[in-house]
Amino acid sequence: MAFNRKDLLGIRELSAEEIITILDTAESFKEVSTRSIKKVPTLRGKTVINFFFESSTRTRTSFEIAAKRLSADSINISASTSSVTKGETLMDTALNLEAMAPDAIIIRHPSPGVPHQLAKLISASIINGGDGAHEHPTQALLDAFTIQEHKGRISGLQIAIIGDIMHSRVARSNAHLLTKLGAHVRVAGPRTLIPPGYDKLIEDSEGSLAVCDRLEDAIADSDVVMMLRIQRERMTDAFFPSLKEYSIQYGLTLRRLELAAHDAIVMHPGPVNRGVEISSDVVDGSRSLILDQVTNGVAVRMAILFLLVGRET
Amino acid sequence: MKLLIKGGRLIDPSRNVDETGDLLIEDGLVKAQASGEATDGAEVFDAAGLIVAPGFIDLHVHLREPGQEYKETIRSGVESAVAGGFTAVCAMPNTSPVNDNASVTRYIKEKAREAGLAEVHPVGALTRGSKGEELSEMAEMKEAGAVAVSDDGRPVMNAQVMRHAMEYARDHGLVVVDHCQDLHLSAGGVMHEGHYSTLLGLRGMSRAAEDGHVARDIMLAELTGARVHIAHISTAGAVEMVRAAKLKGLPVTCEATPHHLALADVAVTSFDTNTKMNPPLRSETDRAALIEAARDGTIDAIATDHAPHHADEKMLEYDCAPFGVVGLETALAVVLTELYHKNSIPLTRIVEMLTAGPGRAFSLSRGTLAAGAVADITVFDPDREWEVDPRRFKSKSRNTPFAGWRLRGKVVATFVRGKLVFRDE
Repeated sequence: MAFNRKDLLGIRELSAEEIITILDTAESFKEVSTRSIKKVPTLRGKTVINFFFESSTRTRTSFEIAAKRLSADSINISASTSSVTKGETLMDTALNLEAMAPDAIIIRHPSPGVPHQLAKLISASIINGGDGAHEHPTQALLDAFTIQEHKGRISGLQIAIIGDIMHSRVARSNAHLLTKLGAHVRVAGPRTLIPPGYDKLIEDSEGSLAVCDRLEDAIADSDVVMMLRIQRERMTDAFFPSLKEYSIQYGLTLRRLELAAHDAIVMHPGPVNRGVEISSDVVDGSRSLILDQVTNGVAVRMAILFLLVGRET
Repeated sequence: MKLLIKGGRLIDPSRNVDETGDLLIEDGLVKAQASGEATDGAEVFDAAGLIVAPGFIDLHVHLREPGQEYKETIRSGVESAVAGGFTAVCAMPNTSPVNDNASVTRYIKEKAREAGLAEVHPVGALTRGSKGEELSEMAEMKEAGAVAVSDDGRPVMNAQVMRHAMEYARDHGLVVVDHCQDLHLSAGGVMHEGHYSTLLGLRGMSRAAEDGHVARDIMLAELTGARVHIAHISTAGAVEMVRAAKLKGLPVTCEATPHHLALADVAVTSFDTNTKMNPPLRSETDRAALIEAARDGTIDAIATDHAPHHADEKMLEYDCAPFGVVGLETALAVVLTELYHKNSIPLTRIVEMLTAGPGRAFSLSRGTLAAGAVADITVFDPDREWEVDPRRFKSKSRNTPFAGWRLRGKVVATFVRGKLVFRDE
């Protein structure tokens, strides 16, 4: 199955076949990171810009390492503010980047849709590194890769996503991806943090996405429990009374984890707020795949860069 | 000076007229007779195959002058108006400075006089600086030419202030126009709250934020006896409440915009900032309710909420871009395409919402072709197809969601006081 897109903007637009192509390609790149010389010449002479309007350690480093292991030149630009406060329009920002002839631009931005707006304006490949509360496709892909690696499949699995669903681009991208590959997804969290009609988010996969009133119902018999960070930086309203109450009501503890399937795995996109949405003994426990996710992130991002930038070569 | 508009289909809902005939204009007024000797020496405008209607009235425009002349001026605004068939527009007070006193009202009237073309009726601010605290000097503004009062875009959240404003406006014969939005409930919202806001991760503005405010205003209209006009109504619930209020005989009117009649929130998936306006594009269900309300007479007026913004301001992240779209030059075509061609709402009803309906809502003496009326006339072709090219707009701004749309219905000529002010080339 060929992958013939200029950009990776979100999971919503991808077909199951395209997702599988990316995961299969990542499989073949994973071995590179285990070599003593962790480099292949695949993207030599290509330029990749990491353009981050939000702070990021994991994603940006992961993309940078992925580009370097493919022998591409990678450049990081951090902007602490959006273009509007800088006094430059999005269009001008885009055209300035385009003028430097990059082959791919990874963009992270607090406003939903910025990668989509840029993709229409410039010819370089745009990779969405997270746009507001909209999508974070590479995170969902690395999550799927990790689940597949440990469970051998995605289809038919019961997956719980817990926490701040409203502000989570990870949850949205995962809901799209996991249901496209045949998993059943249940989400739970304070009702104030679940946007209206979330169970109808996926138009054509009736019933494979459900919103649970109780955390315990979402976790019960799950094969995968995915915890989300409380995004205090995106919160302008009073969504719940206190972090203490949140952690008591919605935090993942070893006791709650017992409700899940006996071989359930625990995931978290990071950064983890230990003791808030997840207790330390779960983070550090044997079921936790949090660091595997980070490792796999490099392979998945190598695959994406290869498929997008290496298209014509 | 005589002008004979010959052979058109005259549609004048103010008098229930729909007939083919001639219209004679002399010295800027409509004459009773359009035949025989009366027409001797008249210049003839051939309107065969075209609709001849009273000049359109837009109850809701933002002309941006004074203060934001880089977006629009009164001059460019009225040029845009007559190109869209509008011979009278009501200018909202959110200029800089705010039109909250007679000197600003007079300034707007004076600039409009200099420009000629369409009549500009200023709408004064309801409260000083539109801050929602103290009443503005409405009586003086009325003397200077204001036809209504409103804190459009900055709805008065304090119900007691609104009550007093209504009581005071009532005594001075001013309509209170309200942009209905609970600012707490809608805080931070950039689009309609529903399936698409959830999908896109954009913050939503719920229907409840509009409906609750409409309910409050209807109750206050009942309490105070003031005339209340609901601006740019956009939800099924609000339409239902206005319908019920009218049945009860309350002095409540409302307007709908062409964009809320033709577009729904699915359009936001493009992240095109020209789909961002306030109230936001609602769901298909709401849109269908608006269309039915246009058909059954619940909606009194089509108003554009013409809101020019400079291209640079709209070329931003979706959630950072300003709300609003221009509408004067596409209004007729959008409404004809959507309501007449697609939904078979009669032309007479559509013309009513552009003429007599808004005229009655604000008690303007226009919107009729009765003998002796000022000869503000719009001639249009209801079928002609054309493609929207924003570069050809007379408005200074280009922020339309209809760029590239093929629409049916085109203004052919606009007359103000019997004088030709726009002719389609």
